[in-house]
This record gives sequence, C-alpha cells and structure tokens, in this order.
Amino acid sequence: MASGELGKIYQDGELIICEGEEGDCMYVIQEGQVEVLIKGEEDRDIRLGVRQKGEFIGEMAIFDRDVRSATVRALGQARVLTVDKKNFMRRVHEDPSLAFRLVETMSHRIRELSDEVARLKQVE
Amino acid sequence: MPQGDLQLDDGSRVGVVGGGPAGSFFSIFLLDTAKRMGIDIEVDIYEPRDYTRPGPVGCNMCGGIISESLVQNLAAEGINLPPTVIQRGIDSYMLHMDVGSVRIETPLQEKRIGAVYRGPGPRDIKEIKWGSFDGFLQHLAIENGAKVINKRVDEIVWQDEYPQIKIRNQSPQSYDLVTIAVGVNSASRKLFANLNFEYEVPKTTKTFIQEYYLGEELIVEELGSSMHVFLLDIPRLEFAAIIPKGDYVSVCLLGEDIDKELVGNFMNSPEVRGCFPSGWDFDANSCNCSPRINIAGAGHPYGDRIVFIGDSGVTRLYKDGIGAAYRTAKSAATTAVLQGISAEDFKQYYLPACRKIETDNLIGQVMFIVTRLIQKFRFARRAVLRMTIREQKHQGSKRRMSMVLWDMFTGSAPYKEIFVRTLNPAFLSRFVSDLAVSITGRR
Repeated sequence: MASGELGKIYQDGELIICEGEEGDCMYVIQEGQVEVLIKGEEDRDIRLGVRQKGEFIGEMAIFDRDVRSATVRALGQARVLTVDKKNFMRRVHEDPSLAFRLVETMSHRIRELSDEVARLKQVE
Repeated sequence: MPQGDLQLDDGSRVGVVGGGPAGSFFSIFLLDTAKRMGIDIEVDIYEPRDYTRPGPVGCNMCGGIISESLVQNLAAEGINLPPTVIQRGIDSYMLHMDVGSVRIETPLQEKRIGAVYRGPGPRDIKEIKWGSFDGFLQHLAIENGAKVINKRVDEIVWQDEYPQIKIRNQSPQSYDLVTIAVGVNSASRKLFANLNFEYEVPKTTKTFIQEYYLGEELIVEELGSSMHVFLLDIPRLEFAAIIPKGDYVSVCLLGEDIDKELVGNFMNSPEVRGCFPSGWDFDANSCNCSPRINIAGAGHPYGDRIVFIGDSGVTRLYKDGIGAAYRTAKSAATTAVLQGISAEDFKQYYLPACRKIETDNLIGQVMFIVTRLIQKFRFARRAVLRMTIREQKHQGSKRRMSMVLWDMFTGSAPYKEIFVRTLNPAFLSRFVSDLAVSITGRR
C-alpha cells in the first residue's frame, strides 16, 4: 500500500461484505472495482452489478437494521474506505444535506431496478 | 445597512475572500446546492497564495491532519482524497510519556487519517512529489464553477447596500454575498474593521511548527504510519506531536510562549530522540513557523450579505481545524442557498452550527485541564499507560481508555462525547484501580 493511500486494500476475490451478516458501516470505493452478488438457487452466485471508483457500497446498512442483502467482493485489487454508521448519522443529524449524495445513489439504483423489472416483465 | 431582496437567485454573485479549505469548501457546497436547486450563481474566490510554490508563499501554516471523521464525511460528500495529496495515511497513534510508550491502533486497522501539506511542502523541499491539500480543494471549487482571482483584497466596503471588494489596479466588484474565509494568520483580518457591524475577531494563541527532512525510507522505519503524540512534563509545553508526511516530518508544539529553549528541551528529550535515528542531527534552521490558532470563536460572525467561516468564524479547540472549516463552510453555504443571506437567516440557520462547536470547545477545555493534570503527575501518567497497554494487548476487550485517547488526539469525536465516555462507571472504576496501583507502586 503506497504511503498516501487511505482505506484498506482488498485482493482480487476478497470479501468486503458478506450477505446475511450484520453491518454497521458503508464503504466508498477509492480505487478499482467490486462486484455485488446474491445467492441464487442451489447457492449459485448471481452477479447484480459492478461498482466503480467513487461509488458507495453497503449503504443500506446505514438506514435499515436488517442484515446485509448482498455479498460484495473485490474484482481485481480494490481500495475501499469504511464509513462508520455512527459517524455518518451524527453528521447527518447536524447537516441533513450530507445524505443528498447517498439518496441520489439510492434513487439511481431504484431506477436501474425498475428498468430491470420492466425488462423481465417483457421477457415473461 | 443593506436592504432589499436577501436571497440568492439566478445571476447572483458571491465573493469569497480566502481560498483555503473554508473558502473552497464553501464554494464547492454553495455551487453544488445551487445547482441542485436549479439556481445559476457566480462565485469568485480571492486568494493571493500560489499552491504550486513551496514554502510560505504556498502554505497556510498548519499541522496538516485530516481527521478520521472528516475523511469519512468527505467520502460521503463524494470528495475522495487521492494519494497524490495525502502524503501519509495514518492508522495508529504512539503515545509517548516519560513512563513509557504505547501504540494505539484504530479499531478497524484501516488508514483513515490523512497527513497532508497545505501547500506543496517546506521551503527547502528537494522534490515536489505530492500536491497541496489547499490546491486540491481549490481545483475542485474551480471544477464546480468557481473562478479564482489570484490577488490580495485591499478593501471591503458597502456600496449601494451591497458589499464591494476592492483589489489593486482593478475596478471594484459588487456582490450579493461576501464570505470571509481568511485564516487567523492572514493580514486580511484588518479589512473588516470598517464593515460597521458587530463582528469581533477570534481570540488566538501561538503554536510552533517545524519541518525536518528524513526521507521516505527512514520515516517508514522510524515512525511508520503512526502519528506520535507526547505528554511530557516539560515546563510551558501543553501538547506536542510528530506527524510523518511523505519525505518530511512535521513537529507541532502547543504551549505558552514557545521559544527556542522550549523547542530545544522538547527535541532533546529522550522520548523524542527515540523517534528519530540515533545520533540524528536536527537542523535548527529548517522550515518553521509560529502560526496562531483560534481558541475562542468570533463574535457575531454574520450580517446582511456577509458571513465569516472557518478560522475567522469558529473552529475546534486545538484539533481538527480543517474539519471545523468544512462544517462551518457547509452550514453557511446551505443557509445562503436554501434560506437566504440576511443576518436573520444566518442567525437562525448558521449560528447554531457555530454555537455547537463553541459549546463543545468548553467541554474540550475541561478535558485539556484533565490532560494537563495527567501530564503533571507521574502516577497518573503511569495509570494511563497501564490501562492503555492492557487494552491494546487484549483483542476484543472494550478499549475504553484507548478510545478516549484516540478521539482526544485525532479530534475524531466531539469533546462532549469523549467526556461522557469518561464518566462511564466501567471506565472510572478501571482508571481509579490503575491509579491506586500506580500510587501504591504495586505491579
């Protein structure tokens, strides 16, 4: 890890988030990319998407109390910064506009999901 | 005083005096929030410093630590600090006392504190390998649409109810809002005397910062990725830290009337000598400065069409000045776009953010009094050391003292939160027990 790199390095295939585990943080990708997977039938991994530098992952843990909904692992070497729920929520309490970008990301992902549902309905 | 429509609208002009972190953060968030609201505004940043030039001309004189909480908040804002600006990621603290040293590691063992230079580096820098932190933020402000005017402001006056900025050899510029974001070491502070409202400049104290060249290899070998903090019973010295950067280390001292004698006593103490290669010769003439830091916020940091942010408003006591610049800048920017630019708007929506920092600083003062007492009594230092070492040895145990020290030194949590944690019965009983062991001399 170079002297000025913040966050933590994950090697190719290394788990960052594990589906079903409890989470109290989200992550921001600083370098590289990661893949988001969920368990399908017969425990097969289904890739939901790939997230790039600058994107959030695991952000649902910030707002809900449920377990992690997906697994995230490094796709090649990735450097990722952890954002603690406590730190984030304390700051959002002072400055709700800190959540703008996160809400924007979630809104963008809902749009993607809506498109996907529409596409699947058409296939049916 | 100014009247009229005290709102920012399409075509509004905002002048920002000072292009350090507070000025750049303000410009970034003002333009971003305005864009979200569909308002097209113009922002001019007045900053005479050139962040590409090493030494005093490009430096804003500061220890250069980006706290753990600020690194996370900026990432959530979409501002990720690159390794071209962060000279060293810090993942731990070494606490040095005459009774021993202990390494305090971040619970996640992740580098979430950044050591930076505000400019490109010390005046005697051999090779510029990293960019300036202030320059990085200024570049982001420019990307968001701000214009930087590389001139010193000569005067700020009221003209037809609007603030007007005057610079040499150019026609005066009128603005709908002027934001003052100058540091407490800036000569620009004298500009506000004629603005005719109740602003009172912040109270300050002197610090001392010196840069020593060690080279990257030696820094990794001797200091690693830890910030080194010192609680030493040296007269007039309150707090000291050695911050490893890329090729240099910054030595930062806080105390009363810091002079050559005090600096010499600190640098020659065995605890400090132990952080450097044996026989290391300290260059007394290397780049150094005695900047002032804000210890009590400004009075009335706002008026109609004018607001003071960062150091010229309020900052956190001794720690996380850049974090306070971010918080005040963001609060002022969102107030200006979403509420308005009247004194009443700033009083209602911006002042609470300043008051929150100030109230927390009062608790911080109490915490620093306790720290001074610990510094003074050897048995107390031994108790702190004993409790911290035990916590660091036992993985998984509650690291109460370690977390109190971590947050005190990193500025990552509000002083109030740290204070409340010290009142926890489990913390108190363990500390009292360690104090008793220290006093009786039992092992």
